[in-house]
Amino acid sequence: MATLTEAPPPLSPTAPEKKPPRGRGRLVPYWLLLPGILWLLVFFALPMIYQASTSVQTGSLEEGYKVTWHFATYWDALSEYYPQFLRSVLYAGSATILCLILGYPLAYLIAFRAGRWRNLIMILVIAPFFTSFLIRTLAWKTILADGGPVVGALNTLHVLDVTSWLGMTSGDRVLATPLAVVCGLTYNFLPFMVLPLYTSLERIDGRLHEAAGDLYAKPITTFRKVTFPLSMPGVVSGTLLTFIPAAGDYVNADLLGSTDTRMVGNVIQTQFLRILDYPTAAALSFILMAAILVMVTLYIRRSGTEDLV
Amino acid sequence: MTNETSGDVRLSGISKIYGSFTAVHPLDLTVPQGSFFALLGASGCGKTTTLRMIAGLEEPSSGTVHLGEQDVTALPPYKRPVNTVFQSYALFPHLDIFENVAFGLRRRGIKSVKKQVDDMLDLVQLGEQARKKPHQLSGGQQQRVAVARALINHPKVLLLDEPLGALDLKLRRQMQLELKRIQTEVGITFVHVTHDQEEAMTMADTVAVMNAGRVEQLGSPTDLYENPRTTFVANFLGTSNLIEAEVDSRSGDDIVLKAGGGKLVLPEARCSAATATGGKVLVGVRPEKISLTPADDAGEIPEGRNRITGRIADSSFIGVSTQYVVDSPVCPEFEVYAQNIDRDARLVPGAEVVLHWNPAHTFGLDSSQDIDAGTEEEAAV
Repeated sequence: MATLTEAPPPLSPTAPEKKPPRGRGRLVPYWLLLPGILWLLVFFALPMIYQASTSVQTGSLEEGYKVTWHFATYWDALSEYYPQFLRSVLYAGSATILCLILGYPLAYLIAFRAGRWRNLIMILVIAPFFTSFLIRTLAWKTILADGGPVVGALNTLHVLDVTSWLGMTSGDRVLATPLAVVCGLTYNFLPFMVLPLYTSLERIDGRLHEAAGDLYAKPITTFRKVTFPLSMPGVVSGTLLTFIPAAGDYVNADLLGSTDTRMVGNVIQTQFLRILDYPTAAALSFILMAAILVMVTLYIRRSGTEDLV
Repeated sequence: MTNETSGDVRLSGISKIYGSFTAVHPLDLTVPQGSFFALLGASGCGKTTTLRMIAGLEEPSSGTVHLGEQDVTALPPYKRPVNTVFQSYALFPHLDIFENVAFGLRRRGIKSVKKQVDDMLDLVQLGEQARKKPHQLSGGQQQRVAVARALINHPKVLLLDEPLGALDLKLRRQMQLELKRIQTEVGITFVHVTHDQEEAMTMADTVAVMNAGRVEQLGSPTDLYENPRTTFVANFLGTSNLIEAEVDSRSGDDIVLKAGGGKLVLPEARCSAATATGGKVLVGVRPEKISLTPADDAGEIPEGRNRITGRIADSSFIGVSTQYVVDSPVCPEFEVYAQNIDRDARLVPGAEVVLHWNPAHTFGLDSSQDIDAGTEEEAAV
């Protein structure tokens, strides 16, 4: 190979520098950005500032709230409601893992094996979105109803004994237990897991599978060493798209759970709409947001997908 | 462990049928141990399918694949002692160069791969790039990684699927010589698939020309070029002038043919068609074998040469040689390549000329074939 040298790089192109557009032309990009920026300003930045100021106010509903920089609200909220925070992380985490376990094979099937059924299966994945979130969750109430066929079957198979022992169900009930809430979350967020997984699996060049097989990798090794690592961007975005909204969700816990399964979303909802303790509710929202930000940052750092996406 | 035939590739009656389309017709082929074998043909001729059946990436519809004495027809790719250099390389984008090359060794459970990988990277001059990702390398470098990744496993057979297709012309020429050198050095059987006839002729010891799922002809590059047996091979490998002629008589080992008003002589040994008197034969001659003489000097042409008259229709100067297109009554576009040694100023378009060549350079083909098979015009249709 001693004689082999790369062709010299072509001389640096001396293309005439593009003149920046003058006058009104130069402003076009900013005009195009304007609607989006205004939208974010009015519906994101302003509410955030308003919530931030609310969270450091004191007072009462009758006398009105005033900004007193009372940061202790944060500490009080956290020390009073940390069980709900932990529960949120636990439920959302379990639902995310379940979504991954259920969604990965499904996405894999659609991407590599479905052939002409691909579009049909995709439609089936998205189909639940055509009905309201609330109605679908209420339907689960019927599915998991006491004495219903699902509970009956689980009972016969002694699955409930195991889940009761794990503290996920109590007695013969599934409804109003942590299991029901996690099931509801898993069901509702499954498409958010499947779609990004499918997108990143579908992008994988089929010849890489052939190359791995050619280099003595058994199908399972090919999956472990080639397919799965290459689908990491999908795994990361899928888990984030599932975990983040699930951690803040309150509908599932409200409809399928009990007072023992309240998540932080339920607390915030109650504080805002029933107790009308706005500072505590605002503080809880900010704590939740900060916690999710920290977790997500650590997660992305650890999964090391920066150079894959 | 390597005896004389352990690296033989033997295909017996192997075929591949997709629905109603037959990609490869039942095919028998033996690639001897240690040879550089090229499967040459236009796209869609079944050459890649044949290669993939050897690799195990495609299941043959019939027939068997043997590597040496072992029947590997039923083995999945990961159990076959062959490795493939894929078209567009198929390097693992998430692994660096070192891990790409080490992949095969690690899968076979070899623990200390460092030395072997380093040596292999040095062989392909990529030692410095070991920790880079594939997308950070140029096309030529990626190509060498692909070769290194396959070769490090010391396969019995290395399969190359158009490995140079994505490179520019200059780099392709360099890599051709490089691959040839590596093959000579490691002595592994190479089976190389290409549509580039020049590439096949430069690199391979033996070339199989494939057309429409069949092997048209098999032989050394010189043999194929000098003695094509079908019009497809005659036109696909280089250029051939083909003339329809009628068998007139025999004289010794030669056949005398009538074409237009004149006579042409063809050595019988170089004719692959039946030659009953009165029968038709396609007479071929390569453009560089022909000399051009202005019609005025026709008397100076030595006796015993085949000659045809015509008029120069076009000429293009390409440095080393000049390529003429001559209109002749027996063949509308006769191509002649003349070395630029002494250029005759009278040889310009419109000039009346005599084309003449040594009868020994004539070959004869069966006239029932399509005279344009394998030409670029046909390929464009």
